Amino acid sequence: MKCLFVTVGTTSFDDLIACVSAHDSLQIIKSLGYNRLILQIGRGTVVPEPFSTESFTLDVYRYKESLKEDLQKADLVISHAGAGSCLETLEKGKPLVVVINEKLMNNHQLELARKLHKEGHLFYCTCSTLPGLLQSMDLSTLKYYPPGQPEKFSAFLDKVVGLKNKH
Amino acid sequence: MVCFQILAAAIGAVAVVLVLRLWIVLRPQDVRLRESLNLLVVAGSGGHTTEILRLVGSLSSAYSPRHYVIADTDEMSSNKIKSFERDQANRDCNTMYPQYYIHQIPRSREVQQSWFSTVFTTLHSMWVSFPLILQVKPDLVLCNGPGTCIPICISALLLGILGVKKVIIVYVESICRVETLSLSGKILFHLSDHFIVQWPTLKEKYPKSVYLGRIV
Repeated sequence: MKCLFVTVGTTSFDDLIACVSAHDSLQIIKSLGYNRLILQIGRGTVVPEPFSTESFTLDVYRYKESLKEDLQKADLVISHAGAGSCLETLEKGKPLVVVINEKLMNNHQLELARKLHKEGHLFYCTCSTLPGLLQSMDLSTLKYYPPGQPEKFSAFLDKVVGLKNKH
Repeated sequence: MVCFQILAAAIGAVAVVLVLRLWIVLRPQDVRLRESLNLLVVAGSGGHTTEILRLVGSLSSAYSPRHYVIADTDEMSSNKIKSFERDQANRDCNTMYPQYYIHQIPRSREVQQSWFSTVFTTLHSMWVSFPLILQVKPDLVLCNGPGTCIPICISALLLGILGVKKVIIVYVESICRVETLSLSGKILFHLSDHFIVQWPTLKEKYPKSVYLGRIV
């Protein structure tokens, strides 16, 4: 079972949902070997009809307490540029395509997605270029994303506040 | 006329004293050794809360009790904090269940609010923040950029200026900020004791900041 997970976070991204659920995109997704598509659509107004056939299942929901499970299941994640979604996906070692919402160009979260793209950790596109990218991209070119190191922060903080080190 | 001059002189003198006090409060000070400390965390909306909880999760149980401040319109953060603290308690069965509190203050700025009205909403949240800080008297304020952190940090500074308590302010710029500081960051760069950035580009632009690599 090969699974593609699309997430738009707490807001809405109708263009993306409309784009991936369009007939042509579904054909591409199927041709790439995926047989399950999960759409997390937030408060969007584009709500594709879920269906299930022998070879392909489309699931749609608005929110879940945690996306952990769906991220874990996914073989590929398509996400909005939200920092939370990007980082959570990369930490799980899942290949990621970030789709930029051109209607929110000044959104500062783009800074992070752009940077992570520059460093080779994810693919980056707009709704109109997504189908083409899905067909042409090579997931094996993505670079491993090392997890952040909060322990460096706690060590720094212990020192500057004068906590006696008990370790 | 003389009245005005005296008034002006008095205001000037108070201003000078306040600036002087601020300078003293922000001067690097000797580190005082301690066993534990009272932590106040400013959690913001959405992404800010997720980030700051990752940092809090790395801290030892010496950072106790923990006080969280959130904007009063932010139910989502409140739930995140509760489930985070539940997880922490489950993970650390040996240590005593750490105490934590959630405080709500009026939001200083909603997304897309005009700058002019922001002045007034910030003053309003100052009005609520200061008594809260005065009551909690934290040793350390930890924040990462939601608008709510401005009135809290100014209140914490006031505590120092008034000589009640020196509060250490640590600001961690969000991982989202690669090239430029957030507005809160630009303000608190000058007013925090330690200012941490997570990308080398920012460290180059702001040499006085601390860069420890990516920490969330």
